[in-house]
Amino acid sequence: MRRLLTGNAAAAWGARLARADYVPAFPITPQTEIIELLAQWFGSGELRGRLTLLESEHSMLTAAAAAAATGVRVFTATSSQGLLYAMEMLYAVPGWRAPFVLVNVSRGLASPITLESDHNDVLAARDSGFLQFHCASCQEVVDSVLLAYRLAEDPRVRLPALVNLDGFHLSFTREPVDLPTAEAAAAFLPPFESQGIEFRAGRPVSQAVAVLGGSAYSYFRYETHLAAEQALQAHGAIAAEFAQRFGRRHDAVERYRSDDAEIAFFMIGAFATKAMDAVDRLREAGIAAGLVRPRLLRPYPAAALQRALAGKRAVAVIDQNLSVGKGGVLHGELASVLYGQPDAPLLASYIGGLGGRDISAGEFFQIARELQDAVLARRVPPPRLLYTAGELRQMRNLQAIAAGERGMPEARA
Amino acid sequence: MYRIRLHGRGGQGIKTGSRILGSAFFGAGFEVQDAPVYGAERRGAAMSAHVRAARTPIRERGVITRPDLVALVDETLLQVPAANVLLGVDAASVLLLQGNGDAETWRARLALSGTVVVLPAAGERAEAELGGARCAGAAARLAGVISRPQLIAAIAQELASLGPVATATTTAQALAAYDAVAPHAGVLRESRPAAATAFAAPEWIDLPLESARVAAPAIFAAATSVEVRTGLWRTMRPEIDYARCNRCAWICSTLCPDSAIRVRADRSPEIDLEHCKGCMICVSVCPPQAIRALPERAARARELAAAP
Repeated sequence: MRRLLTGNAAAAWGARLARADYVPAFPITPQTEIIELLAQWFGSGELRGRLTLLESEHSMLTAAAAAAATGVRVFTATSSQGLLYAMEMLYAVPGWRAPFVLVNVSRGLASPITLESDHNDVLAARDSGFLQFHCASCQEVVDSVLLAYRLAEDPRVRLPALVNLDGFHLSFTREPVDLPTAEAAAAFLPPFESQGIEFRAGRPVSQAVAVLGGSAYSYFRYETHLAAEQALQAHGAIAAEFAQRFGRRHDAVERYRSDDAEIAFFMIGAFATKAMDAVDRLREAGIAAGLVRPRLLRPYPAAALQRALAGKRAVAVIDQNLSVGKGGVLHGELASVLYGQPDAPLLASYIGGLGGRDISAGEFFQIARELQDAVLARRVPPPRLLYTAGELRQMRNLQAIAAGERGMPEARA
Repeated sequence: MYRIRLHGRGGQGIKTGSRILGSAFFGAGFEVQDAPVYGAERRGAAMSAHVRAARTPIRERGVITRPDLVALVDETLLQVPAANVLLGVDAASVLLLQGNGDAETWRARLALSGTVVVLPAAGERAEAELGGARCAGAAARLAGVISRPQLIAAIAQELASLGPVATATTTAQALAAYDAVAPHAGVLRESRPAAATAFAAPEWIDLPLESARVAAPAIFAAATSVEVRTGLWRTMRPEIDYARCNRCAWICSTLCPDSAIRVRADRSPEIDLEHCKGCMICVSVCPPQAIRALPERAARARELAAAP
């Protein structure tokens, strides 16, 4: 049935349709609605299992992985500073090879502290061993939670998965969502066959032992990497089955009007739908534009991206993140798989949407114009932060107050 | 696509209003997106909510910068620059304003060339809590594509968890607003997105490198929060009856969460109305019940009347 749901409600529905047994939780804006809704359902008996409030995200993630190691189905969620607080365990638990799903609601990191969306939080988890799904709509949120469980629990993979949605722009935004029925969801995602993941108090297991000497360490680390790579193939089959059952395709790489495009936008997250709108307007104006959007960031769909972008004349990577001292993270990642490829496009870098800063239609059009110029000049412009003179004027006003130029309040009185 | 922005204060039902309107459009067969924008939640602070409705899937997101309709629940927000009520309002936009006065006066006062529709205020309670629902009802009629039953069904759906009394009260208010703007039914029109051929190039700049003292998010001046007149968030005002005050000299001032009550040398309390947010905690804790709650609008009207 189609109904209006926020991204947060869609995430909670994903956990409900997956019949999560255990949800360790800790509140943080803009994620809290997810655990509030789940708590309500556990309370009313609509969900059977247990939701436990932990005293921090670090403990929450430890509890999630420990529960997953007993073979039950675990769901948890956090955001921003919470994800960072859990970072030690975030890197530790993938090595346990016990699957579960973590939803992250993207929010900019301090300093300065903020609330709105930005991908530096989730990208800090990039190299942790979690599989990463990135959503652009509320529909994708519920679908991705189901897909993430299937992929994480696949015997060839057995890694935890992270599903990312943008704060505010998805978390608090209602859109029509076609919710799978409980029966259809259960047919797609049967009960977890833990196959040997069965830690019990009476049957103890030493999880993630210490090794000394790089050789054993190399073996274990690289095995996780191989499992993540294997997840790419497994994802193809799982996404195909999902499409067959529900009529919605969620490929590792979404291509929107990009097959015959000469220039393309490349981005992840909710703002990507704005890029789709811009593509439609540019097409109406006779400009062959398209959008290429990786939904799966880990494992990185390198071959699919190479295919999707081969023969494009120029591509603008719009990063809603900033690797301080380097630039856009997605730009660097894409460059690494396009380097040396025949027919590789020119690659331009834009930083936009930091801390939820809007990206206007006019800015997409201007980026397209710069790509066209770059094709003619055979050279891309230097990396650009999307930031206008008007924004700097506003900043100057705030700085004037902060600098105390108006004097102390008592002096004024 | 219809692009509708609702403005009001936290607590006036702006988010609820946007959801009623969103569900009503959805029930009428539209694709819908609705979203509140409120940063850090604060009762009484300016907030907005955004409703988009179209016949095709909606891919725009975030703040509506070119609204077809702005619905303003609380006209006192016009004096709060940060509320940005009139952002992007042009000759093609409709302004729906809940309040007093006639449309022509508001058009002149706000220097607007587009349509202004005034929704007469409907008593204190309706204003304080049901403004969002009233504006949703009016907006539904202005669009002219939502029937009464569709509006009623949307309210029932959105308020289901609050029970039958709240649903009935809200429905009555929203329907009254729906009827009140009947002469303007259909005045709200869908607009097309801007074409990629004629757009103003963004005024991008290269951000200059500045010294860390300037470029770090530090505030060097003391007590800058005094600059933020949080008293503007208030929908209810506490008023002290000094004849009843027993000069305890600590309860209201200590329990005020915003330190907006100071005690004078004669042990009588004084409320800083520039910064009192109107939480009414002082009203509920005063032992001799010497503080009463007054609707802010009524308090201001009284002040205006008393002014020379």
